[in-house]
This record gives sequence, C-alpha cells and structure tokens, in this order.
Amino acid sequence: MLTTVEICVCVKRVPMVGGSIVVTVDEQDVDTSMAGFTVSPHEECGVEEAVRIVERLGGSVTVLTLGPPEAADQLRDMLALGAGRAILLQTDGAEWGPVATAAAIADAVGSRGSAGPGGRPPGAPRWDLLLFGNEAADTGGYQVPVRVAHALGLPCVTGIKRLEVDGGSERIAAGREYAGVQETFDVPLPAVVSVKEGINLPRYPSLPGRLRAKRAPIETIELGAAPVEGLNKRRLTVPAASGSRAEVLGSGAGAVPALVRVLDELGVLR
Amino acid sequence: MTVLCLVEIADGSVRDASQRALSVATALAGSAGEDVAAAWVGSGEAVSRAELSAAGVGVGYAILLGAGIDYAPLAWARALAGLAGVAGPVSAVVAAATDRGNEVLAHLAAITGQPMAANCVSATRSGPDKIDLVRQRWAGSLLEEADLDSPLALLTVAADAVAAQPEASPARAGEVDVRTYEPELTDGDLLVQATESADRKAGVSLATARVVVGGGRGVGGPDGFAVLEELADLLGGALGVSRVVTSQGWRPHRQQVGQTGTKITPELYLACGISGAIQHMAGCQGAKTIIAINTDPDAPIIAKATYAVIGDLHEVLPALIAALKSANQTS
Repeated sequence: MLTTVEICVCVKRVPMVGGSIVVTVDEQDVDTSMAGFTVSPHEECGVEEAVRIVERLGGSVTVLTLGPPEAADQLRDMLALGAGRAILLQTDGAEWGPVATAAAIADAVGSRGSAGPGGRPPGAPRWDLLLFGNEAADTGGYQVPVRVAHALGLPCVTGIKRLEVDGGSERIAAGREYAGVQETFDVPLPAVVSVKEGINLPRYPSLPGRLRAKRAPIETIELGAAPVEGLNKRRLTVPAASGSRAEVLGSGAGAVPALVRVLDELGVLR
Repeated sequence: MTVLCLVEIADGSVRDASQRALSVATALAGSAGEDVAAAWVGSGEAVSRAELSAAGVGVGYAILLGAGIDYAPLAWARALAGLAGVAGPVSAVVAAATDRGNEVLAHLAAITGQPMAANCVSATRSGPDKIDLVRQRWAGSLLEEADLDSPLALLTVAADAVAAQPEASPARAGEVDVRTYEPELTDGDLLVQATESADRKAGVSLATARVVVGGGRGVGGPDGFAVLEELADLLGGALGVSRVVTSQGWRPHRQQVGQTGTKITPELYLACGISGAIQHMAGCQGAKTIIAINTDPDAPIIAKATYAVIGDLHEVLPALIAALKSANQTS
C-alpha cells in the first residue's frame, strides 16, 4: 500500500517570449537580452499536480532542473509553489541535447533518494512518481521523459491531462484525449508521467512560500561540458511572415459589410 | 533501403496527420532513391490500399499485437524495432507528431539508442547515415535547421506545417504489397495500455473545425463569450480561446488554442480581442485565413492576420451576427 507519495518533478528554464522571437546574430540561440525566464508551462502544472497529491496523501515533492546557475531562480519559483527540495544539475549554459539531458537526470534521480520520511533507508532510492512536462516549451524534443523511464526501467505515459493517485493503491490512472476520445492508462508505481497544461490551474505562490523558497538550500551537482549528440543544430530562423500587415476592412460596426463579403469569398457562410 | 512510416488509422483511412507524415517520408525516400513502406497496428484490411498507393507506399506492414490489444506505446515501438530488421535495411522511421507518434518514436529511440528529431517540417538525405532536416522549436514560432547523424533516423512530422497531399508517385500508383508482422512481445511491453472511454464529445471539434471563432483578453470576462459562441454556431464552427482566458479560469483549458493547447488548421480563424502572442500564434499558424478584430491597430496579431477590423469585438460581433441572420432570412 502506498503510505506517502515521493515525487520528483523535472522542470526546464525557458525564455519568456511575448509577441515575437528574436534570434542572436550567430543564429544559434534565442536572443534573451530583453527577456525574462520562466518554467515551461507544462512543467509548472506538473509541480502543482505533485504538490496537490502530497497535500492530500502526504510525502514529498522534489524539483530538479538541468541548466545554468541562474536556473536556481526557477527552482525557487517552484519551491514557492510548495515543493520541498530542489536539485540543480548545473551546466555551463550551453544547450544540452535530449539524450544527454535524460542520461544526466536518470543518473541523478537513480542515485539520490527522495527526501520524505516515507523514503526507504539510505542508499535505496525511492521515488513513486517522476513527473515531467510533455515537451519543453523551447526545444520541443518530446523524448526526455521516455528516455529517463527506459534508463530506470520504469513504465511511462506521456501527454497526460488527468491523473488519479489514491492512497490505497500502488497504481495510478492517467488520462489524455486522443482524437476526441478519452483514453486512460492504468500504470503501476513507480512510474514516469509527463503532463500537459490543463491538468490543473497552478496556484499563485503564497508570501510565506516565497520567503521559504528564498532561503531554501539548492543541492547543486556540477556537470561537465554538453556531450555531443546525433542531432546537431546548424542554425535557427524565424519563419517568414505570410505577408505584410493585414488588410484593414474598416473600423467598428461599419466594417461589417466588408467582413461579410470576405466571409462569403472564403466560402464559410452557410 | 527503406523509409518506414508509422501510420495511424481511423475507420479504414489514414489519419490526416499521418498523411502529412507520409508526404515527408516520401520526400525523404525520394531524395535518396529509397522506397517507402507503411506500418500500422491492425489487420491487413484495416486501411485503404488506395490511399497508401496514392501516397507512394509500395509495401504495407500490418502489425498484429494480439486480441484485445489496441494502443500500447512500448509494444508499438518494439514492433517497429523488430520491423526495421524484417523490412530489409531501414534507413529511417517516420511518424506524425501526435501524442502517439511522438511517444512511440521516443520509445523506439530509447530502445535503439538513436537520436530522435521531433516536429520536423522537411527532411532530405545528405549522405550515408546523415539527414538534413528542418524542425519546429517553440511549436513552430522558430525553425531549427539541423543535421541528424544516425544509421536509423527517427523523425516525427509537424502536422500543421506540412501539406497533407503528397506528390503523386506514378511509379507506385498500383498494388500495395501488404504483409502481416507479429512482433515478439514481453509482459513488460504490454504493461502500459490505453483503455478508451466512449464519451466522444458532441459538437464541432476544435482541432478539426473549418471555422474557429477565437476570444482573448479583450472579451473582458467569463460572461463575454456568449456572442462568440453564437457566431461560432452560425458559422458551424468551434470556439477557441487564448491562454490568458484559460489561466484566468474564464473558459476550460480544452478550448485553448496555442502552444500548450490545441493546434488548429481551419479555413478561417476569426481572432477577437486577441493580441497575438507567440504562444497563441503557434496554435493557429495552420489556419488558411486569419481575420483579427482588435481595438489596437498595433497589436502583433494585425501583422500576422490576413484581414483586420479595428474595433471592439462587443460592437463588431453583434452587428456581424445581425447581418448574417438577416442574410439567412432573405436567402
């Protein structure tokens, strides 16, 4: 029987983009000189989900990220949401590919046990649930959770928007929509689950949460240089806009006749 | 050498997203003088041979998993790994970048220890074990040109950025040779399986709607959506909303159009009170025509739309609805 739930949520620091993306002069990165950073949206929902589960059933939530030293800011944001422990796999800031990222995460969670009192004796790591976002907002590689699951020999479900964990069972029900139909996976724990935004609406961090997060220690593991991978970026480009500005049909209700004409030309009137 | 394409099927047809994957698979094979084979889970009769043939497929592999087993991601990947050995030398496996396609290919990547490129827009062979590809980052708001070095290239195809209709391949327009394949599976491969609940939602689906009426912050609050829903009904379309609307709790998340919501590909997207942030545009870049209704002539969406009306949606939409209703009565 599941007494408490030990959860690790893996998150990624990504630039906050608003109305447009600008690429650096060397075409290798997104220009972030004017941008702030945030946690990928799916993953913030993953942290919220973990916190809700542990509030209900007991246990612990650890957040882990792989990134530059500044990614500690994002870990603190997640501590403010209610996570209890934070691990930073620290890089030199260069982009890590999905294969190396998954290997480093699997290594870290495989060797480091959960923090909670329900954890097994020292030396025997216990995680009931490893949560990820379905895909990173920036690189969109769609594979780190699955690779981590394989490395650790755990079952894995992705794209999840409904998660049922109850204290009386060592299995979870994880659901998503496929082509208009709800499909559900019944999965034994421990398991790797990647979630999507919409699984919940993340809370705003409380003031005590923020204060606690500010002082909380961050366990840091330094990684070496980014390993070479089979998929190698040559350059990044912003897709060409379809045209120039929109053709303005008019202002206010006065534009309606022109609007109706366009709808008719498009063949969408019934 | 063969490019193997995993196709998802529904009611005897290749799903739209898989048709787009087939078109990238065909182009990749064509760039290297290779053949295209299709693989699906189900019987040999489960999919239209005419559709496969029109897409340039020479050989089809019907994967038989056993009675009662439908979607089991690891088993699907195990079958593809096995097929790569059976189907002659396979140089690449391609799938649609759907929840299933991405998941199955990620499993295949982990099983085979190969790299994987998700959300590709195009791929051509540039050398032995080397593919030149373009893939989406930021859900298509940014493109990455990359080299994929692997003896077994694993690609998923972004459905909203690739044409559905592959170029006709006259050489192949004929019989598809359909073979069955039964992979050897362990209990572990079948540990994770989907069970479907049959509650298919009534109404027009956002993802496949011909017309989507979108509402953003400019709608003003949860009570402002009635007029958008009325217009969507009149046009036989669906209501979509921006991320700010779902994070405010004004509308449910399943109605979100955007990078973290649904990607839409309608004939018309009528975006009302939506500024046009990157996150939102990533979800609607597949729309054929975008008409923006916005009070701000400098909103980013005005630069990305085909047509614009400058004004308050709460003034424009009621007038538009009245005009459409009176036109319906006179016709």
